[in-house]
Amino acid sequence: MTELTDLGIKAIRDGVVGGSFTAVEVAEAFNAAVAAANPALNAFIVTTPDHALDAARRVDAQRSAGETLGAMAGVPIGMKDLFATKGVQTTAASHILEGFVPPYESTVSQKLWDAGAGMLGKLNLDQFAMGSSNETSYFGNVISPWRRADGGNAPLAPGGSSGGSSAAVAARIAAAATGTDTGGSIRQPAAFTGITGIKPTYGRCSRWGVVAFASSLDQAGPMARDVTDCAIMLGAMAGFDPKDATSLDLPVPDWAGALNADLRGVKVGIPREYRMDGMDADVAASWDQGIAWLKDAGAEVIDISLPHTHHALPAYYIIAPAEASSNLARYDGVRYGLRELPEPGSGSGTSGAGLQDMYAATRAAGFGDEVKRRILIGTYVLSAGFYDAYYTQAQKVRALIARDFERAFERCDVILAPTCPTAAFGLGEKSADPLAMYLNDVFAVPASLAGLPAMSVPAGLNREGLPLGLQLIGRAFDEQSVLNAGLAIEQRAGFNAKPETWW
Amino acid sequence: MSVDKETVARIANLARIRMDDAALDRMVPELNNILAWVEQLGEVDCSGVEPMTAVIPNTLRLRDDVVNADPLTGGGVRDAVLANAPAPEHGFFGVPKVIE
Repeated sequence: MTELTDLGIKAIRDGVVGGSFTAVEVAEAFNAAVAAANPALNAFIVTTPDHALDAARRVDAQRSAGETLGAMAGVPIGMKDLFATKGVQTTAASHILEGFVPPYESTVSQKLWDAGAGMLGKLNLDQFAMGSSNETSYFGNVISPWRRADGGNAPLAPGGSSGGSSAAVAARIAAAATGTDTGGSIRQPAAFTGITGIKPTYGRCSRWGVVAFASSLDQAGPMARDVTDCAIMLGAMAGFDPKDATSLDLPVPDWAGALNADLRGVKVGIPREYRMDGMDADVAASWDQGIAWLKDAGAEVIDISLPHTHHALPAYYIIAPAEASSNLARYDGVRYGLRELPEPGSGSGTSGAGLQDMYAATRAAGFGDEVKRRILIGTYVLSAGFYDAYYTQAQKVRALIARDFERAFERCDVILAPTCPTAAFGLGEKSADPLAMYLNDVFAVPASLAGLPAMSVPAGLNREGLPLGLQLIGRAFDEQSVLNAGLAIEQRAGFNAKPETWW
Repeated sequence: MSVDKETVARIANLARIRMDDAALDRMVPELNNILAWVEQLGEVDCSGVEPMTAVIPNTLRLRDDVVNADPLTGGGVRDAVLANAPAPEHGFFGVPKVIE
């Protein structure tokens, strides 16, 4: 018999609805898998087995009572620790929020519970979602379940910032997980770990109750085993929320019901600027393979140009830190989170530590190095005399990047590109050089800056035996075309590789 | 443009992050690397381009002008608001002395 933990969202939901197994059996199986794996993978910051069991009992009771079950009925998921969860510590993987227990539930997590999902725990991530390898978490690195096929045991990065999410889904210790994507934080970790993840159009999922990083870019989305599971879970997460001023007041389409891998009549654009000099040969080959798969599905493939691609990443690294420096000003040691009171006498000219000393000491102790770096960059580019040269110029370039996409989508329906320039790298390989780390998101950031739906689907393994992802980018509000093209690739890639259980 | 130690100290002060000399010395070259790299945005011709203000066009809504339109974010929840404060006092947020 198949292990319950091998099942994804649709299989679990259908099995619970059909009575093949109970939701409690599923929750117990995943709780046990989490308990066995987490000491080695460090994917969860806290585990919440009771939350998963309580949700499962409710679903089983609903079924016994003959009630209609939700789209996520009986599905145990991991919740990225950026979503506020009532009564359960929410840290953004930071020291400054350690011990913070929200008295409220984020809109997205509440919608998932309403749809019948249960929570296995809060997933590790890069601190305040700033990072591409999950090495900036205050609670330690997440270890990818994947290893290179060279017989070595070098620990690999699960990607970031949603590294706990990607590791947990890839390791089969969560049926699915929430992620958030500011500049690739769903797609890059999904690609690194051989799973599927979609960032919907900006505004589809409410940001209410999600710890803010860069508000004009932050967007939640599902990370799951396959395209169908992503479509089901996105449907449960999305929807208008009056509590988020940027929430889209649009009906949520039945993405899962409308999935269709027949791409006849669909035009797929291949952006020539993404084919960079010195591109990884395996990545280039998987991209070519993806083009062939989409043609096989009936799509017409055309060459397109996104001329400002090269400037997306530097624009992002002005805009995102600028917004972060403003958003993170709220961590003041007064209303919630850490407070550090320096010793009397260490302040500037006063006998005891004053309010300003407390702010500065609290933030020095509470933020990690990468977070400080970004706050300082953001503060600098927003400061008097530099605002126009940096921030205004970056927002102009951002407008040009969005215009590039608008023009491209006059000629095509969906864009195919690699998700990342390489497969997963080893922990520690890039952490000494912030710029080298940033370059990981070179293919992911443009769609973020333009607010477009974008997805990563597994395409195959590279010569080291590590997963590679292909990225699909669609028009604003057109998640369906992205999911459909993703499904066409998934059916042809037949990706069923999974990491060996070494933990 | 590049930053020196004095500038980084000023930015850190603006950002309310205490940094000692060693931390400042570490940060200066890191920030300069990043700033030198983002410098390339200057080469993009943006004449006639308006800076982006909203990534997806959306209209700003007004909520109904009623008390406690959303009970969660309305009033009367003092204890919940203070529940995570590191130093609440007498139903208020406690702060270090502000005035001598």
